Amino acid sequence: MNASMSWLKAYVPELDVSDTEFTDAMTLSGTKVEGYERRDKNLERIVVGKILRIEAHPDAEKLVVCRVDVGDAATRFDVEHENGIVQIVTGAKNMREGDLVPVVLAGGRVAGGHDGAPMPKEGMAIRAGKLRGVTSNGMMCSIEELGSTRDFYPEQPEDGLYIFQKDADVRPGDDAVEALGLHDTVFEFEITSNRVDCYAMTGVAREAAATFGKKLVLPDESVHETEENCSDYISVEVSDPDLCTRYCGRVCTDITIAPSPEWMQRRLSSCGIRPINNLVDITNYVMLEYGQPMHAFDLATVAGKKIIVRRASDGDRFVTLDGQERTLDKDVLMICDAEKEIGIAGIMGGENSMITEGVKTVLFEAATFNGPNIRKSSKRIGLRTDSSSFFEKGLDPANAEAAINRACHLVEELQCGRVTKGIVEVCAPLPPQKKIVFDPEKINALLGTDIEKEQMLAYFEPLGIGYDEPSNELLIPSFRQDLNALCDIAEEVVRFFGYDKTPTTLPSSQVSSGKRTMQMEVEDSLKEIAKAAGFSEAYSYSFESARVFDKLRLAPDAPERQAIRIVNPLGEDFSIMRTIPLNGVLSSLSVNYNRRNKSVKLFECGNVYLPKSLPLTQLPDERMMLTLGFYTEDASGKTGEAFFALKGVVEEMLSHLGISSVSYEVSERAYLHPGRQAQVRTGDTPIAYLGELHPDVCEAYEIGARTFVAVIDIASLMPYASFERTYAPLARFPAVTRDISMTVPKTVTHAALEEMIRQRGGKLLESVSLFDIYEGAQIGEGLKSMAYALSFRDASRTLSDEDVAGAMKKILNGLETLGAKLRT
Amino acid sequence: MTDNLSKLRERALAQIREGTTPEKIEEARVAFLGKKGELTAMLKSMKDLSAEERPRFGQAVNELRDEIERAIEEAQGAMKRTMRDAQLAAETLDVTLPAGRMQIGHPHPNTLARKEIERIFIGMGYEVVSSTEIEKDYYNFEALNIPADHPAKDEQDTFYLGGEFLLRTQTSGAQVHEMEKGRIPIKMISPGRVFRSDEVDATHSPTFHQVEGLLIDKGITFADLKGTLAVFAREFFGEDTKVKFRPHHFPFTEPSAEMDVSCYKCKGAGCRFCKGSGWIEILGCGMVHPHVLEMSGVDPDTYTGFAFGLGLERLALLKYEIEDMRLLYENDIRFLNQF
Repeated sequence: MNASMSWLKAYVPELDVSDTEFTDAMTLSGTKVEGYERRDKNLERIVVGKILRIEAHPDAEKLVVCRVDVGDAATRFDVEHENGIVQIVTGAKNMREGDLVPVVLAGGRVAGGHDGAPMPKEGMAIRAGKLRGVTSNGMMCSIEELGSTRDFYPEQPEDGLYIFQKDADVRPGDDAVEALGLHDTVFEFEITSNRVDCYAMTGVAREAAATFGKKLVLPDESVHETEENCSDYISVEVSDPDLCTRYCGRVCTDITIAPSPEWMQRRLSSCGIRPINNLVDITNYVMLEYGQPMHAFDLATVAGKKIIVRRASDGDRFVTLDGQERTLDKDVLMICDAEKEIGIAGIMGGENSMITEGVKTVLFEAATFNGPNIRKSSKRIGLRTDSSSFFEKGLDPANAEAAINRACHLVEELQCGRVTKGIVEVCAPLPPQKKIVFDPEKINALLGTDIEKEQMLAYFEPLGIGYDEPSNELLIPSFRQDLNALCDIAEEVVRFFGYDKTPTTLPSSQVSSGKRTMQMEVEDSLKEIAKAAGFSEAYSYSFESARVFDKLRLAPDAPERQAIRIVNPLGEDFSIMRTIPLNGVLSSLSVNYNRRNKSVKLFECGNVYLPKSLPLTQLPDERMMLTLGFYTEDASGKTGEAFFALKGVVEEMLSHLGISSVSYEVSERAYLHPGRQAQVRTGDTPIAYLGELHPDVCEAYEIGARTFVAVIDIASLMPYASFERTYAPLARFPAVTRDISMTVPKTVTHAALEEMIRQRGGKLLESVSLFDIYEGAQIGEGLKSMAYALSFRDASRTLSDEDVAGAMKKILNGLETLGAKLRT
Repeated sequence: MTDNLSKLRERALAQIREGTTPEKIEEARVAFLGKKGELTAMLKSMKDLSAEERPRFGQAVNELRDEIERAIEEAQGAMKRTMRDAQLAAETLDVTLPAGRMQIGHPHPNTLARKEIERIFIGMGYEVVSSTEIEKDYYNFEALNIPADHPAKDEQDTFYLGGEFLLRTQTSGAQVHEMEKGRIPIKMISPGRVFRSDEVDATHSPTFHQVEGLLIDKGITFADLKGTLAVFAREFFGEDTKVKFRPHHFPFTEPSAEMDVSCYKCKGAGCRFCKGSGWIEILGCGMVHPHVLEMSGVDPDTYTGFAFGLGLERLALLKYEIEDMRLLYENDIRFLNQF
């Protein structure tokens, strides 16, 4: 929402503050100023000049030499002159002797060139000089050089100088910037969605008047009507009152289309609206002034003297006044006459009823359409207009009548027609006067302030909020749709008391202990270990493409493919909620690999979303997963050392969480190397998996190095995780150690051997560790050599050789059942 | 015999003196002091001496043994020092050579900002709670006073999952879940991931993170809200940080405010970070709307409270001077290594 200071001053004439004062105070009282721009920025020494004589340039065919009367400005700005007449050389062609034009005198500055190119930040300095040998002491200007455009100054010719209109009240030497209405500042406001009334000049003006304690002068809505009755010209019927709570129509006769007056054009242009003609300008002007869109129909095109407001039918087609054909449906509200559709309600009028030069009688429309319906219709039709964006916000029905009267007042003021008597309208009962019981004590209790009741009432008065003393009720004006409860009134109080003046205290609430959930502690401790192990933290999106499943080689019927679909995704790439956490880390590894970053290790802690049913009938299972991934270009990838390094990280994590009984089993995940992957369980519960990425998957992600991943399912390990610790006494007696070296079939796993040793070792067996593994020709086909160091200890005495001999015998017997042969 | 003894002494000391390696010294020790050594042999031959001669000779032999042992010890010590000096000299490093960097990983800036916020509010007695990312319409909108026809519910802002389910657009639903538990007072913050239907660019991401805050008790005031958030701002941005509260609008708070902090870069003088204003917009906040309290089962006549919500990415971008939000989701290791 933009508003110019000059226009605001029309309603708050006493307002006299600097641009920054205005910005700061309005922002602090709740009408946030996002920024402002002075329209006379970079305009210096620009005066009105009268061209007295135009002569040919002695040495240049395309230039002329002008004698321009600039009155006393030449003396004022100390420019070379002769009785106030300066010499200016120009290439312009559109001027004649006697014309009044804006002139920038030497030493001055203009906004930019006349070619409409982007304006230089500091403008362009104009100096005295010689053009092909002839002195020139300034420059006559086009409107573009003054920082505006023909759109806003339609009298500016397509090419050449701006020439003041014959009736312009200007004299040589006058400030031309003033004469063009450019000594002004345009403020850009951020209006919050609850303050519909502030999307209007009068609304912002009311806030400004209240903020600065100045008088608010509202626009004149009085109309001198003719003897003719409006109702003889038109009648209105609303078939869908749910979509149109109020429809007001007034008829003006004897219309003369002409340009609107300069003041109206200037104000419209300061808000970025292009002046067109008096009638169109009036509707736009009232829209900006009241925040109420208006429409004007040529009554000659309205059949049967009748307006019917009703829904369109599915598939109807309609040509709007921009010449485009639009397809409608049964939820689009239309303005119709007795025979046909003549406008899309609240969005755009029809080509068939638009105002043309020859219009004689006009029907003005000001209505209150259903905001959400207009918003949705405008979206479906694909046509968002100034009008629809006003209606979307939900307008005050009381405003429609005020606005239509104002428009008729302007018709009379601009002398562009005669207003017939009365108004035709269909209106649902207007909402009753809103009242809120005034409770200053409660307001102070909520704010933590001590503001007097009288002071509060003084804040309300300029806002139009009345007070009925006998009933102790505040009377809320209809335009303040946002004021419904005492807390809303409290905000009005604190806005004008000052958010900054409100005390600053700390809650006197009872003391509480701050804490985090166990799962948060688990997540953060796993992240710490991941970082200690060299992994850096990644964040990726929760949604991805369904193609991820193909990249991960999942079978067509894999349960992971049962993913939640986003109904309105940003695109296929972001269309399903992830069910496997790998894609984020793999995609990030891919980015790094393709940027030639060496040996990258990443982890991510994020949810996967597992639907309990599809389509969703209940909230899905959101499971927090820690995903570790890295690629390595050294030999450790090929030998499998990298796998065991990653396994070491997983073990460290589980051990840190107090999860000791962990098993690693062969698994068959399609996206992992078939011989290099493991499922991790505690008891029977799967809590993690890890492995080398399948080379096909590496290829799909364009990672040209061996890649290893591990996924820890935090949700499933939570029941087993604990940070509780109890101390075990340190051993005081020495351990007895024994080494076992054996050959076993390759198919026998370390886990099987270790389990056998532990099972047979009895309670004296303290630890088992594998210290050598070897495969080679001398061992024999299908065999491998494994060597373990065993340690036996008793907490209460020193063990003798005999003590361990029995356990060793049991162990060796057990190992033999697995096909082990002792090596000596 | 005494003569023999003094000759032996000279030979022994000479051999030790001339010994250039530990092995040579050891040879000397064995030759004179070993079981079959010369001095040992002399001691054995003592039996041939007369009873008067024996003690004197014995004492002389023992004195000589001590002397030889001392000489051996000295020679060994000197030799060890020489060798160690040589070793140390040979092992000298060029300490200016590049370090072997420890390969520890780095946290994501979002996590750093989140943990810092958590630290501050836990210090003030707030509990950190989590809430789901997939949410029912009711908790994301309706219970927060956002009516069915509100533009925020348009598809252009919200990702819908079918039925009443959607990806939450704000963490504010956590307020409702917390109030519905029926335990008051409530002092909580709830960090989490949120989603909006924004195309990716330098300042937008369809996924980002917020931290919600809620305090509900008897007698909580707008002044308390200001005080609490001022403490937060000073802790997060530095002791000399100033705060400014401006009126704003959120459907679920009334009065509502936005909080600006004095630009930590230019200390309020105006720079490119604060776009010349000296202030940076940080968060939205307000007093919980009585209708929201009521819908969630909290009696608005007895209790009041405040709520606030801030964007993690926004804080991270500001704090670490990151100019493009896309960097946060690319995970280029050269970026992450800087935190």
